[in-house]
Amino acid sequence: MSEKLLLGLSRRQVIRGLLATTAFGVTVKFGTGCTSEGSEQAAADSGTGGGDGQPITIGFIYVGSKDDYGYNQAHAQGAQGMVDKFSGQVNLVEQASVPETTEVQEAMRSMIDTDGAIALFPTSFGYFDPHIIKVAEEYPEVQFFHAGGLYNEGLPDNIGSYFGYIDEAQYIAGIVAAMTSRSGKLGFVGAKPIPQVLRNINSYTLGARSVKPEVTTQVIFTGNWAEPIKEAEATNSMVDQGIDVVTCHVDSPKVVMETAEKRGIYCTGYHADQSALAPKGYLTGAEWDWTNIYSKIAEDILAGKTLVDGGIEHILRGGLKEGFCKLSAYGSAVSADTQKAADDVLAQFMDGSMVIYKGELKDNQGNVVIASGQEMKQLDPKLEEMNYLVEGVSGSIGS
Amino acid sequence: MAAEATQAIGWWGVLLAIAAGTMRGGTPFLFVSLGECLTEKSGKINLGLEGTLLTGAMTAYGVSYLTGSPWLGVIAAGIAGALLGVIHGWLSQQPRVNDVAVGIAMIIFGSGIAFFFGKPFIQPKAPQLPTIDLGNWSDIPALQAALQITPLFLLGLAIAPVMNWFFRSTRWGLFVRAVGDSPEAARAMGVSIFKVRMLSIIAGSFLAGIGGASLSLYYPGLWTERISSGQGLMAVALVIFARWNPIQCLWASLLFGGAQALGPALQSVGIKEGYYLFNAAPYILTLFIMIFTCSSKKMISGAPGALGTSS
Repeated sequence: MSEKLLLGLSRRQVIRGLLATTAFGVTVKFGTGCTSEGSEQAAADSGTGGGDGQPITIGFIYVGSKDDYGYNQAHAQGAQGMVDKFSGQVNLVEQASVPETTEVQEAMRSMIDTDGAIALFPTSFGYFDPHIIKVAEEYPEVQFFHAGGLYNEGLPDNIGSYFGYIDEAQYIAGIVAAMTSRSGKLGFVGAKPIPQVLRNINSYTLGARSVKPEVTTQVIFTGNWAEPIKEAEATNSMVDQGIDVVTCHVDSPKVVMETAEKRGIYCTGYHADQSALAPKGYLTGAEWDWTNIYSKIAEDILAGKTLVDGGIEHILRGGLKEGFCKLSAYGSAVSADTQKAADDVLAQFMDGSMVIYKGELKDNQGNVVIASGQEMKQLDPKLEEMNYLVEGVSGSIGS
Repeated sequence: MAAEATQAIGWWGVLLAIAAGTMRGGTPFLFVSLGECLTEKSGKINLGLEGTLLTGAMTAYGVSYLTGSPWLGVIAAGIAGALLGVIHGWLSQQPRVNDVAVGIAMIIFGSGIAFFFGKPFIQPKAPQLPTIDLGNWSDIPALQAALQITPLFLLGLAIAPVMNWFFRSTRWGLFVRAVGDSPEAARAMGVSIFKVRMLSIIAGSFLAGIGGASLSLYYPGLWTERISSGQGLMAVALVIFARWNPIQCLWASLLFGGAQALGPALQSVGIKEGYYLFNAAPYILTLFIMIFTCSSKKMISGAPGALGTSS
């Protein structure tokens, strides 16, 4: 008799379902409880900081943890640098480890509704479509800035995009790598063959081959942004093949740098300064420098400018010259000659005379991708659709 | 600096990478699968070992960093795993509770715990476990690096036959098998089903915690939230593949560890196409094994009789 059916379900199934739902709810609640800690903290801060001058609140959202030695750390440092510059005028609200799902919409809404943020920086590439677009329509008075450059005409007016040409720094890192390498073989651990990654690989290789034309770059794609074991295996395999300088384009370069140091080879960093991870082998690195750009935007907002009235550009771009990126300090293994060669090119970037992509340029299949005599300046939109690997790169963009 | 020889070892590199991968990448698989083997022999499934693995990795890294002793970290990882095991062991044995559902909740709970307490440990560098260098006789640096094995691997290598002997030849092993195969018979023998299963789950989770320690303190040797990438769940499938035999768990773990190294190693010698396919090799392998070993007519040979039932 105990097996009476309730809405077609046995009592056992109902209890089982309830229990599983409760357990799921409890654990998920626990998860959000710890991620929103930062914003509560910041909300408390804004409560105490509100006095004369009415500070504005700016929100930052990161896809991973803020101290990952990588992409998110670079953004978090930039945000912190910006707040330090405008202390008392700008309050910072942050939330880390927000997945690229509707969860980011909730994070944005809570920053606007609860913390009173008037500008948001959701920093991950995948936040843009549809999440930022949707929330931007809901809150036309709030300004949204997205890193990664997917903005185009027709989208809501209160969205802007900013991104840096970090491949300029990779070009110089390539020069340093080529001049320090003994085997003439460089390695690059990439996540996925998308244009941004390909552009970094190509610039790194072109930089290397500008000083030593016989240098080659071996590329290994791991298939995803965070694959610690595959990144370690990739680095080890490259060392076994005689490669003696590696760099990478993954979310957190920590594994690649530490593995390279363990195996006694050189490395050049990416995203942030990783010299602490490889004190002996770290040569230099391509770092983001978001403090400049964040400060500039904050200054504009404080001055009352907005994206809607055109006071702030919808598309902000720049490289070394504009202060979007920079190089890590040279490591102890970099010779004086190498430093000089790299500094010379850096000076060319700084005065705007340097062009990385110019003809005649062939891809690694032998096809001409830029005809001789042609130049592609950094702003050229064609470069943002890059779908080839240049001559000297060993690897394939097919899956 | 750059003592690494400039000579390339070409295709030998692929074989070497797979061989090294079996020992480097196979260690966490080995511990988790041995732990799951013990748990399932007693008639319960613990899917939560994915969460246990993460908690173990985080605890090991954190304790190693705070105390400076990696071995203390390994022990702490085991204890942290065992504590999660207590929760699973108690919950999954309540009347009308499904152990698979509890296991899924434990995955979320274990990873939540690990992420929550792991935040401050992402950046610092913790002392790593010492390695045993078996390759010093060779002057090829690649071989030396490949033969740097962790004492944890040797420990796992020793546990597998010991566990096999335990199941076959000891009174306690008989109890575990009896409880797993025929709880009624065990009860008639005067064995407490609850206690035997509880202890098996705790011991299994302890081993899985140590598996986590090998991830964060040996290879790849750091703590990030993405470190396990599903290895805990794979290890559960691996136990079925190994037919609940600890010795076969060992071979299966080595196979899966080696398969992980295949994709990157092939790319490094210039096999450029199909790396997504090579990266998926272990999963494809699992799928095929599942297809070939499943049967609608009879239980897989070696499966504990009471596995997955609510008795």
